[in-house]
Amino acid sequence: MREITIGQYIPGNSAIHRLDPRTKILITFAFMILLFVIDDFTGYVFPVAFIIAASILSGISVRYMVRGLRPLLVIILLTFILNLFLIKGRVIYEIGPLSITYEGLYQGTFMVLRLVLLIVGTSLLTLTTSPITLTDGIESLLKPFSKIGVPAHELAMMMTIALRFIPTLMEETDKIMKAQMARGADFSSGNIIKRAKSVVPILVPLFISAFRRADELAMAMESRCYRGGENRTRMKKLQMTWEDLAAFIATGVLAAGCLASRFLW
Amino acid sequence: MAAEIVAEGVCYQYPQAADMALKDINLRIRKGEFVAIIGPNGSGKSTLAKLFNGLFVPTKGKVTVDGLDTRDRNNIWKIRQKAGMVFQNPDNQIVATMVEEDVAFGPENLGVPPEEIRKRVYEALEIVELTEFAQKPPHLLSGGQKQRVAIAGVIAMRPDYIILDEPTAMLDPVGRKEVINTVKRLNKEEGKTIVLITHFMEEAVQADRVIVMDKGRVVMMGTPREIFSQVEELKAIGLDVPQVTELAHRLRRWGLKVRGDILTIDEMVECLCPLL
Ligand SMILES: Nc1ncnc2c1ncn2[C@@H]1O[C@H](COP(=O)(O)OP(=O)(O)OP(=O)(O)O)[C@@H](O)[C@H]1O
Ligand SMILES: [Mg+2]
Repeated sequence: MREITIGQYIPGNSAIHRLDPRTKILITFAFMILLFVIDDFTGYVFPVAFIIAASILSGISVRYMVRGLRPLLVIILLTFILNLFLIKGRVIYEIGPLSITYEGLYQGTFMVLRLVLLIVGTSLLTLTTSPITLTDGIESLLKPFSKIGVPAHELAMMMTIALRFIPTLMEETDKIMKAQMARGADFSSGNIIKRAKSVVPILVPLFISAFRRADELAMAMESRCYRGGENRTRMKKLQMTWEDLAAFIATGVLAAGCLASRFLW
Repeated sequence: MAAEIVAEGVCYQYPQAADMALKDINLRIRKGEFVAIIGPNGSGKSTLAKLFNGLFVPTKGKVTVDGLDTRDRNNIWKIRQKAGMVFQNPDNQIVATMVEEDVAFGPENLGVPPEEIRKRVYEALEIVELTEFAQKPPHLLSGGQKQRVAIAGVIAMRPDYIILDEPTAMLDPVGRKEVINTVKRLNKEEGKTIVLITHFMEEAVQADRVIVMDKGRVVMMGTPREIFSQVEELKAIGLDVPQVTELAHRLRRWGLKVRGDILTIDEMVECLCPLL
């Protein structure tokens, strides 16, 4: 579980790290949409250049970002293979009943590139933004929608608490597992059903303790005058600077390039 | 307006519970005091603590904080700001993923302006001596440090009263000492009124006044010296006395002429030396 690198924050103080989280979230969304605007290979020049520029500015190498793709390799391969065999057209090669077509090869490569850019682009957001800052950004962006019933503050608070308790619960899981192992439990052998069964004695105490924690936390929050998002102030205010402006301009250039590649060429 | 917490004829019954958890409690906690509450398990200490800041309201009788009645829901946030609460498990009362943000949580809820929050947070961290941990995630701190973060979180709300419900119960001896020293400093230097619920008699000895609870009632009240000299009575309700007091008690039974109200090792030494 600890080996997953997609989305793990790398602390730093680069220009990209310093950007307002709202800027980064909005740009990531724009980036995702623009990827779907592009309709041929030449169009990919723009997002690739964008990613490389961001990578240089953030000090996180493209190689590191690509390494994050590994857990998603199966999905990427599957996309490629399905496109390769399922699209009808000029046949290049035949294996039994299956045939690879020129169109399939083109479309498969095109889709894989889009997927890779999509993943690398979004992971750049989470690699350079701490979860707390990200949460603050989401809350701030959703705030205008709270009038139509989007629970912006509540969602952010839930995320904060989840982030706060993940390490605590992991530690506890570890402790319970060790305690069960000391009594002869075996978590690493046997078939799937046997292994699934051996997880029950971990989950039950974990859940009981999580509910107790939730109860106590609610009490502690109430004692500290927590009453939802109303009239609440924040110590840290989000502030956009000229760097954010520069980032938006760069995104504007990216958008112009992508649109031009589709509609002009 | 009286500057004190007052409980008058307070009874409390948990919903669905057959028995009263608190029965006719009358007491007064004056501003600036350091009060310790001791009592066996299930004697109602935590329940009483939760009545002091309006987490619970009395089933009968009333609790007032600086004259504000906890039954009046309009007072509730004012009361909780005045009477801060620290709980037993440090892990279950820290809300944020960074120390300074957690300390800021209370003042943020009170709607304090951002600049003022920052000032309060750093003042509070200084008082509990954790300034250098401001940017750390709380789960990397020791138990004693986490409990001091929780205390800082309360201080940042600028309360007059700080109620601590067994804050040292889950800590090792080092953490326990850190927390108790912090609590004593809050009382002596910051002038905060302290209500310390504890199972450790050595901690209760340091208070100005000790309240003993048993089966939902206050059974004794007085200075630590008055309380702990009643060794037999305390033992009858299942409480211990500080080790030195116990020793003095036994020496007296053996016929040695030592005082019965010894509370510290130094006093014991003073008493024993002339006898040698
Ligand atoms: N949520 C609850 N529902 C019903 N009864 C409760 C609840 N919490 C506590 N009680 C009962 O109220 C009584 C007082 O409990 P309380 O927790 O105040 O005791 P305590 O002195 O704090 O004990 P401890 O030293 O174990 O913390 C006990 O008899 C307990 O069983
Ligand atoms: Mg208790």
